[in-house]
Amino acid sequence: MIKVQEEDFDIGAELAALSAGDTSIGAVASFTGLVRDMAPIEGESHNIRTMTLEHYPGMTEKKLAEIEAEANERWPLAASLIIHRYGTLAPGDRIVFVACASAHRQAAFDACQFLIDWLKTEAPFWKLEETDGGGVWVDARESDDQAAARWNKANDTST
Amino acid sequence: MKILYFAWMRQRTGLSHEEIDLPETVTTVDTLVDWLETRGDGYRDAFAKREVIRAAVNQEYVQFDHPVANEDEIAFFPPVTGG
Repeated sequence: MIKVQEEDFDIGAELAALSAGDTSIGAVASFTGLVRDMAPIEGESHNIRTMTLEHYPGMTEKKLAEIEAEANERWPLAASLIIHRYGTLAPGDRIVFVACASAHRQAAFDACQFLIDWLKTEAPFWKLEETDGGGVWVDARESDDQAAARWNKANDTST
Repeated sequence: MKILYFAWMRQRTGLSHEEIDLPETVTTVDTLVDWLETRGDGYRDAFAKREVIRAAVNQEYVQFDHPVANEDEIAFFPPVTGG
């Protein structure tokens, strides 16, 4: 399931709903992304006041659904969930939540990591940080590209 | 054609979206950008680092040699930073 929303979410309720009614599920893994309170700008650390997430309505849902479908093709998942917020958030606020349920833990762990790694490089979201040093668009990180690239099938030695 | 701009592309062009009639000389994303750059400083500033900009035609990522047509929706934006 895909949810792109401005409002916050309840992790406990989302996790309970994910596995409700399916007793074949033996494992649920999840990842939660939060707004950090510090950001480096040109080598100096700055306090973050707010973070505003912009996205491309329509394409966002489409790309997230594709990423979720890919995870379900690669791993035997009983259920999966991606929640991504947009709008203006404060340090400590939840940004993103991914969760995967499966019979066994390895598929749940791996699929969960795949979802967040791919989402970071594929889903059309952009972060603007308002800091005590001004407003700065967050730059894409090479480490995120590398994290996503290790899930490319050609490089995948785990299966 | 509908063109959308996001993040600092939106700030530099001063537009979140616009409707244009595609000139006959424009056949690809690259030639569209060439034409947009003739329309003002904001556009030239937005497209200055063309190699880092991502393009999507009808909500699919494309390379800049991808063809474009008047009925397409095209979006320009910096590398994505969600998650």
